[in-house]
Amino acid sequence: MITKEATEVAPAPAPVTPAAEQRPRRKQRAWDEAPRWQIYVPLSIYLLFTLIPFYWILLFALRRPGSTSLVPWPMTFEHFEKVWNDRDFGVYFQNSVLTGLATLVLTTVVALAGGYALARFDFRIKRGFMIALLCTQFVPGALLLVPLFQIFAELKMINSLASVIIAETVFQLPLSMILISGFIRNVPYSLEEAAWVDGCNRFTAFRIVVLPLLRPGLIAVGSFAFVHAWNHFLFALMFLSDQSKQTIPVGLNTLMSSDSVDLGALAAGGIIAAVPVVIVFAFIQKWLITGFSAGAVKG
Amino acid sequence: MAQAAAVAKAPAPPRRRRASATPRRLPYLLIAPAALLMVGFIAYPVISVFYYSLQNYNPTKPWRNGYAGFDNFVHAFTDDPQFWDTLTFSAQWVFVEVGLQLLFGLALALIVNQTFVGRALGRALVFSPWAVSGVLTSVIWVLLYNSQTGITRYLADVGIGSYGTSWLSDTATVFPAAIVADLWRGVPFFAILILADLQSVSKDLYEAAEVDGASRLKQFWHITLPHLKDAIVLSTLLRAVWEFNNVDLLYTLTNGGPAGETTTLPLYIANTSVDAHNFGYASALTTVAFVILLVCSMVYLRLSKFGGEGK
Repeated sequence: MITKEATEVAPAPAPVTPAAEQRPRRKQRAWDEAPRWQIYVPLSIYLLFTLIPFYWILLFALRRPGSTSLVPWPMTFEHFEKVWNDRDFGVYFQNSVLTGLATLVLTTVVALAGGYALARFDFRIKRGFMIALLCTQFVPGALLLVPLFQIFAELKMINSLASVIIAETVFQLPLSMILISGFIRNVPYSLEEAAWVDGCNRFTAFRIVVLPLLRPGLIAVGSFAFVHAWNHFLFALMFLSDQSKQTIPVGLNTLMSSDSVDLGALAAGGIIAAVPVVIVFAFIQKWLITGFSAGAVKG
Repeated sequence: MAQAAAVAKAPAPPRRRRASATPRRLPYLLIAPAALLMVGFIAYPVISVFYYSLQNYNPTKPWRNGYAGFDNFVHAFTDDPQFWDTLTFSAQWVFVEVGLQLLFGLALALIVNQTFVGRALGRALVFSPWAVSGVLTSVIWVLLYNSQTGITRYLADVGIGSYGTSWLSDTATVFPAAIVADLWRGVPFFAILILADLQSVSKDLYEAAEVDGASRLKQFWHITLPHLKDAIVLSTLLRAVWEFNNVDLLYTLTNGGPAGETTTLPLYIANTSVDAHNFGYASALTTVAFVILLVCSMVYLRLSKFGGEGK
């Protein structure tokens, strides 16, 4: 819809384009004339707001216990050691990685299959299915805690990471599937058909021709699933009662709600929680925006 | 589709049977895993919530369990001030959060869409809180708002706020304090989505406007904003639903306090079902929340004329 509007309006400036072709730099100037201070001043102010909280947690994690210095010097890692060993963050970390990766794989595979069907076939329940997918966006996972708990209890999955993995996957699926079907629709069907002519069956054609082109989109969707499962808190809090099964967000909550909060340990735990997410984020950043502009908005 | 299958058949005779047999059943097979998961773990729980909303159901008081008709709903609307308080707070929370996040997110997206030295780094830093979890956000802001060693102590040094009380435990400051904490991680969401959409604005339009002598403000108003409209409508809606439903941040930051001042409806529901075990009543409240979300979303989409006027 968006692109349509753009092209509908586009013919109007047609007489101007020849001039623009002679001077291609003009194209960039249109939005680039903002005085530099209009960029750097607000950006710097916002960056202060963004970065001071990060600095603050680093400060608490790295300075000595009892220190009130505003620079983390002399530096110490004792908070990290303490939280990793004494407060079981080593175990939580493992559980969180496992949950995140399993959710990533399960979500991507299931959403890829469903997304392909939505993108490439017309079938009777397709419209209803799409509407159902959109409706799930209004279903709050937090409000389904009790029935979900009952189901997992029935399946004997309480206190097993499988319950959390399934719950996270289920709530990630609809949006992932909508996004992926958008990505697949952007790949011309004729490419696949050409591969069939060359003797590939549907699956091989998909694997060889379509899958490589989906990479940016799949990276965006997969990392969403991972980050979401890594960060999410309520399912793990509800479904896992055994301390050796719990995940990092639950561990953080336990640290925070204890009577005398050890701020150094809390900060160190927070850093441990942030590291994988920051790595994923740094890695996917450039795919994120292209991935979104390719599929999300047109959805 | 039929044509395509026919083309596929010719050069690969051994696959003929599969190629002709699959297209009919294949799409159903492909959506089956997703459909099964969603039926089992979303549809079924939703239906059971509707069912229990008409029941008295409390595992700790089994002698009172049974059909309740609309008693739960009547109780919520007529006899439960906490329901109204938490609903009002939820509305306030969603409205302020989404409004401010959109405003700052739009401004940020416009800024980092310009070409300037250090843009890549600027973008990365601006977006960085996006991936931070609600719990971690709480951890960070608990450290910042701590009355002895937090940044608010240093603010008190220069006369902002007072010593001794955390902003999170004072009823006068808890709302803005929580809002700021959630803004910190919420603004990048809008900035990322809007920036992605900004990339698809045709440069020719700006150029034409330039030639016609339109000011930058006018260009923003007449080109950028109409282009972004659908993305803004959709992202505000998704965000509003998300802000309404999400309990991670407030649960860990304030746990609804002080004195229930920051309890949202979902938080109240979670407490009613998990702590008080009053599952029948919690289900009724959940149903009410569903209906409110659904109606508000419909009205919003209708009012905003989402998708353009039948284009």
